[in-house]
Amino acid sequence: MAYNVKEIMANKPSRLTAGHRMCAGCGAPPVARMVLRALKEEDNAVVACATGCMEVSTFIYPYTAWTDSFIHTAFENAAATLSGVEAAYKSLKRQGKLSNDGHTKFLAFGGDGGTYDIGIQSLSGAMERGHDMVYVCYDNGAYMNTGIQRSSATPRFADTTTSPAGSVIPGKMQSRKDLAKVMVAHHLPYVAQSIGVNNFKDLYEKSEKAIYTEGPAFLNVLAPCPRGWGYPTDMLMQINKLAVDTCYWPLYEVIDGKYTINYKPAKKLPIEEFLRPQKRFKHMFKPGNEWMIEAFQKEVDDRWQELLDLEEITNK
Amino acid sequence: MSIRERLSGNEAAAIAMKQINPDVVAAFPITPSTEIPQYFSTFVSNGVVDTEFVAVESEHSAMSACVGAEAAGSRAMTATSANGLSYMWEMIYIASSMRLPIVMSLVNRAVSGPINIHNDHSDAMGVRDAGWVMLFSENNQEAYDNLVMAHRIAENEKVLLPLMVCQDGFITSHSIENIELIEDDKVKEFVGKYNPKHYLLNDKEKIAMGPLDLQPYLFEHKRQQAQAMANAKDVILEVSKDFEKMTGRKYGLFEEYKLEDAEIAIVCMNSTAGTTKYVVDELRNKGIKAGLLKIRVFRPFPAKEIAEALSGLKAIAVLDKSDSLNAVGGPLFTDVTSAMYVNKVIVPTVNYIYGIGGRDTKADDIEKVYMDLQKIAETGNVDNPYRYMGLRG
Repeated sequence: MAYNVKEIMANKPSRLTAGHRMCAGCGAPPVARMVLRALKEEDNAVVACATGCMEVSTFIYPYTAWTDSFIHTAFENAAATLSGVEAAYKSLKRQGKLSNDGHTKFLAFGGDGGTYDIGIQSLSGAMERGHDMVYVCYDNGAYMNTGIQRSSATPRFADTTTSPAGSVIPGKMQSRKDLAKVMVAHHLPYVAQSIGVNNFKDLYEKSEKAIYTEGPAFLNVLAPCPRGWGYPTDMLMQINKLAVDTCYWPLYEVIDGKYTINYKPAKKLPIEEFLRPQKRFKHMFKPGNEWMIEAFQKEVDDRWQELLDLEEITNK
Repeated sequence: MSIRERLSGNEAAAIAMKQINPDVVAAFPITPSTEIPQYFSTFVSNGVVDTEFVAVESEHSAMSACVGAEAAGSRAMTATSANGLSYMWEMIYIASSMRLPIVMSLVNRAVSGPINIHNDHSDAMGVRDAGWVMLFSENNQEAYDNLVMAHRIAENEKVLLPLMVCQDGFITSHSIENIELIEDDKVKEFVGKYNPKHYLLNDKEKIAMGPLDLQPYLFEHKRQQAQAMANAKDVILEVSKDFEKMTGRKYGLFEEYKLEDAEIAIVCMNSTAGTTKYVVDELRNKGIKAGLLKIRVFRPFPAKEIAEALSGLKAIAVLDKSDSLNAVGGPLFTDVTSAMYVNKVIVPTVNYIYGIGGRDTKADDIEKVYMDLQKIAETGNVDNPYRYMGLRG
């Protein structure tokens, strides 16, 4: 289908309105806006949100920035809550109890804390049960809402308030969980990794596929956080680009088990390019800490190679 | 004509749910309530209900899904016990604060630890201040009847609170007793259609639920919840009156058994009331003026009415199937004695913690309590109000 993403952005009203209280330079609101733009204008949606930055900044009583019906209940259960909404929809529709026969789509948003960590059981359950919903993780790599604590999405060596770079332990010592692959292991019809800013087309198209693929779908979207990562607010676009061009955050999708890498940088940039502008990695550039950059680069290389291999194997 | 049957308490609850035919049931197995979702999923598989059954991966998700389903505009039900309810705890409060009339069948069991699968009331007592209407049931008939009345109470616009119907794990949930069922069409008519005012799936009115609610508003919202709980009392009585018209079975806030001319009385809940009635009859045969007050409505707590009903007595024992570990007494004791004090009813009152972890409660144990009460009535002295019944020395 021919379309122009610029025109869509200019002409399709945003279903998450201005006036929310997310920080300047935050990567999360553009994610929500773009995902919602992929909805057909005539379709209804119910949005569920896990407790986190996005929820507490968009719905402070008595104001809401959401123009679709919206529900927040707790931190760990956006997927379970939305599975109840979706079950009600199925039941009421089957019984002819809904006043119209239009389509309603079900979208959940959660940060990495509410998705990778405390919410993974609820997410896994909802995905396994096959509810027709899209779960979008806006991954900023730590518990930003409570003040930058490490999560299982936090990259190795990052300085957070619960993995501080100290004189003995230089930041988070564990590697990042690969949640998209955990979701692939659920044999979902659609799983994708994307970014919110810089490559708008990628997120728009993946959102559309996720929303209009029947059954459960999962999107993992990088959402940089100026406070937690320590980059200047006007650098959001550039940070996203560097995440992709260094292959720290590959853009790919998995449709019925088949991997497709959507972007292979012509020149893969060294990981320092991504790490250097961020205060959370500052200690890695101190003399004597070169091993940390090497180890980080090796992990990125290994994971990128694994992805290339998966693409090849699953498309044989 | 009503239908005579022989059913266990769990079967009775499942049949009530079948007749109510809720839009969504989300549940997770836990002893001794597991049979309820088991029976119910059979109804779903055989197409006898219209329900969407969500076999969730935990009780936390069961209550989360019920919240989502009820908020969406559907009737949602669940069943659980003990640690299942503990695991739901966070969502129990959220369900109530969102004013969602979810109905739960709670089959009471001891909360861990150590783990124990048998009956006491420690699960229910853990959520007594959560904003749920709580009805207790002596036997399978009451568990069934309370469930049939539940939606009319919970969904009343003056109430709009979730409701749980409690019954004793194994003692009534797994005992087969005679029961009178109501015909399907009569239950359907009695329960009525659910017409929520505001709901997520209403495409004519988009709504947002579950805000960040800060200092300017949360206090008023909690006050509204408190008012809803206070309103529930009259609504329960109205619905019970309609239920009596349909079935002839009379329900109040509590049941007074030979209490009117009694000098000594026990206050208790659920199946122990059955044993106590037997003991009361025995004692009456011996000329001892014993009575019983069986609590049906524990939340809202009918403080004034209970104080009034107990005002003419010489000695009272409150039986708690849950200890509060507060060095003072069990939760029912605290509620009953404060109700009496505030309403200026001063009668010597003692507390017995009993039946913990399914410890058998025998007629002899109850009789001993009445013997203690006789002594207290004679002397007017209570040397130790915080006692145990059936505990090995």
